[in-house]
Amino acid sequence: MNILIIGNGIAGSTAAREIRRRSDHDITMVSSESVYPFSRTALMYIYMGHLPFENTKLEADDYWEKQRIRLVKGEVQSVDFAHKRVHLVNRESLSYDKLILATGSVPQTFDWNGLDLDGVQGLYHLDDLTRLETASQRGITRAVIVGGGLIGIELAEMLHSRTIDVTMLVRENSFSNTVLPPEESEMVNAEIRRHHIDLRLETELKEITGENGRVSGVVLTTGEHITCNFVGITAGVRPNVDLLRSTGLAVRQGILIDAFGQITIEDVYAIGDCAELTVATPGRKTIEAVWYTARNMGETVARNICGQSTPYEQGVWFNSAKFFTIEYQVYGSVPVSFGSGVTSLFWQHQDQKKSIRLVYDANGKILGFNLMGIRYRQEVCTKWIEAKTHIEVVLEQLELANFDAEFSECHENELRKIYHQITGKNIHKKAERSLSSVVKFLTSWS
Amino acid sequence: MELNHQTLAVINPGHSTKLRIGQKLSLSLVATGLMGQLLFWLNHTLAQALPVLVISITLISLGSLTYTWQLYRHKQPGISNDYQFTNSLTAKGSVAWVLAMMLTVFYIILYWFPQWLGLGADGQANTGLIALYDPLSFALKGKSASQWFVYGSLYTMAIDLLGIKFIWKYRHSRYQVYRTLSIIFFQTCFAFILPEIMQSLNQPYFDLKNLWPLNYYFFFDWHLDGLIKSGLFGYFLLFWGLAGFLVFTPVLTWLYGKRWYCSWVCGCGGLAETAGDTFRHLSDKSQRAWKWERRIIYGVLVFVVVMTLAVITTRLTGFRNLFIIDSGTLAHWYGFLIGAAFSGVVGVGFYPIMGSRVWCRFGCPMAAYLGILQKYKSRFRITTNGGQCISCGNCSTYCEMGIDVKAYAQKGQDILRASCVGCGVCSAVCPRGVLRLENGG
Repeated sequence: MNILIIGNGIAGSTAAREIRRRSDHDITMVSSESVYPFSRTALMYIYMGHLPFENTKLEADDYWEKQRIRLVKGEVQSVDFAHKRVHLVNRESLSYDKLILATGSVPQTFDWNGLDLDGVQGLYHLDDLTRLETASQRGITRAVIVGGGLIGIELAEMLHSRTIDVTMLVRENSFSNTVLPPEESEMVNAEIRRHHIDLRLETELKEITGENGRVSGVVLTTGEHITCNFVGITAGVRPNVDLLRSTGLAVRQGILIDAFGQITIEDVYAIGDCAELTVATPGRKTIEAVWYTARNMGETVARNICGQSTPYEQGVWFNSAKFFTIEYQVYGSVPVSFGSGVTSLFWQHQDQKKSIRLVYDANGKILGFNLMGIRYRQEVCTKWIEAKTHIEVVLEQLELANFDAEFSECHENELRKIYHQITGKNIHKKAERSLSSVVKFLTSWS
Repeated sequence: MELNHQTLAVINPGHSTKLRIGQKLSLSLVATGLMGQLLFWLNHTLAQALPVLVISITLISLGSLTYTWQLYRHKQPGISNDYQFTNSLTAKGSVAWVLAMMLTVFYIILYWFPQWLGLGADGQANTGLIALYDPLSFALKGKSASQWFVYGSLYTMAIDLLGIKFIWKYRHSRYQVYRTLSIIFFQTCFAFILPEIMQSLNQPYFDLKNLWPLNYYFFFDWHLDGLIKSGLFGYFLLFWGLAGFLVFTPVLTWLYGKRWYCSWVCGCGGLAETAGDTFRHLSDKSQRAWKWERRIIYGVLVFVVVMTLAVITTRLTGFRNLFIIDSGTLAHWYGFLIGAAFSGVVGVGFYPIMGSRVWCRFGCPMAAYLGILQKYKSRFRITTNGGQCISCGNCSTYCEMGIDVKAYAQKGQDILRASCVGCGVCSAVCPRGVLRLENGG
């Protein structure tokens, strides 16, 4: 069987690797971005000089040949579902028996004036990095970033590393407060300001101004004008499906897929950022444009193509990020406000760089973990959430989850103290932070 | 923080590729201190040794410490690897090549032409650089300095000063801080001060942490005779050396992995972690390098075992040709090829080009021995945190041992490699909290 994958991001690459692990099918992966798959999330480290592009590749170059995965660099012009052919811009065409669409995202833009000016860009594609580097070499004295979110703060960190003054426009009244609870969101605001970024909350862009085709500044909805020679557009991403909209494919925001990754057309699958679940698990979104979802979908589609019918399950949510120096991890469900039966137990370090939040329902069932500046072990948290463990049992054993480096300060006791203040109940520590206890816990009562 | 206009951000005092004036002044202090030593080396009759030594060391230390302070004081505690791949010193630029060349030449002079450093031949007084260190040597052990004393002093200074820089850089990580304090302690006390004081008490030179097979001359006649002549204390040292190799090493490695030695105690590792930290990302991560690593390091281990067996046989039976070649010749060539050329000239001289752990990774027989124990008889491993890896490549990039950590992390596999020295930097640089060093498994 001949399998064609469009897009070599983490979704496409995972699908290719997993199909090869399970079968002997012919696999071809097309990308207009780079021949070899690389880690998109590492673009920032290349710019900051932490590592070269070479080190961001998912595998050594000879891996793909050894695995007999054919890599094609080319831009797709059209897909002919009826004849099972994909036409490339260079007039080449590729046939397939099964097609996997893994086209990813594109930066979300609104109808702002000046988006086409030189010096205005998003940060998603490898080409974006090249453009940013070119602009930096030419000299950016002042940059404006439009939109909070992870890419926005990463772009701020990147520009900051080159001593560029950065203004960040955030529509909400606190950074990422649609994802982070208020205290965590405030910690990120503080961290951004500690790095001398001019963070403007509740501020919106009206238009971008230019001179001779180059960006010269931005105008805010308040009428205020900020002079700058670079504008980063990081107001989120949307599925990269423009090419497929007129093909008869069912497209809402993304390509609609059933639980098996399949779309309405036979032998065609969609995975990763470009795919939209027809029905989401309650409490979850139909599009979850993150690395981990893309990878899980890649694995699922590989199973299905290789004859092992497996529905895609959204599983216990997890994600992670780094806001300048503050690492962030989330497991399970962490709403941005509490009440109506959902409670949270929150501890915060006085330096505002570390916090732990445990979320549980009216019956005491643990729902989620939100960590700032502290590492928790995914398997342990997931197991507690899946087993609907009681908050008090979790508190007794909380050390099991701690994944911070040796000698790091432990703060689990603080949480037990806070729980005592709230409920009057004394919870005693019953587990040690050691690998053997973790392994014992993970292999027992499942 | 100052706001200079309502619409302008606070002036960004962050880091830059360009050095600020204060940093330039600090580097000038270091350069002046070194220049003082160089001038004395060229003409020791110009001035008295003691004031030159005191002033130059003060200038070097002061310059180094104030440079460090200025480098990190504006930065939030956290990973600071900006510009590592664009700076001439750290990205194999011309500065790196010049430094590598200077270090290499210094090592060649040190090992084979100590008279050029000013070593007095046949009991004559020292001149040049070695004479400069005579006052310190007299103070510590009541004897004049040798080229090894000068080397030990410079080596310790490098570990201490650049160790402080490392601690500042990683001040957010207790593991890194404690580990570096340990390195500084063992180098300063065990490798430098204690052996010198022992010599002043007419005891043999003995670095308690330098165990066979790294200390390849442990079983040499002159060494054993020296120990035996020293009576009870000498026998204690003999016992210590044997127990260190046969008992302490396997037990500690079972408990903690080879890191207890390689990145908490050892002087070679200590220099790599402190002075060499700037170059850790230059290690070769290819499969090819890994293949050569295994061939060479286990080759050296075999070499040291064969050489030592031959030397012991000769001592016990007088038979000199256990492995066809004369045991004295074997020992001589081991000392020349491995002890001097590999560990010194290549091991440190090539820091700016091949990374900081070339000797530890490819050459050290102690590391080979510890590595075998770690791989097959140890609780130590690095675990990965579920599916959190984003394949960014920071862990592999900053692995000084050239381990492709990412290859394991992105599959969610534990990392259990003979070469891992447990420095913990992969875990520190991970932006998603994926890696943890663990004892137990």
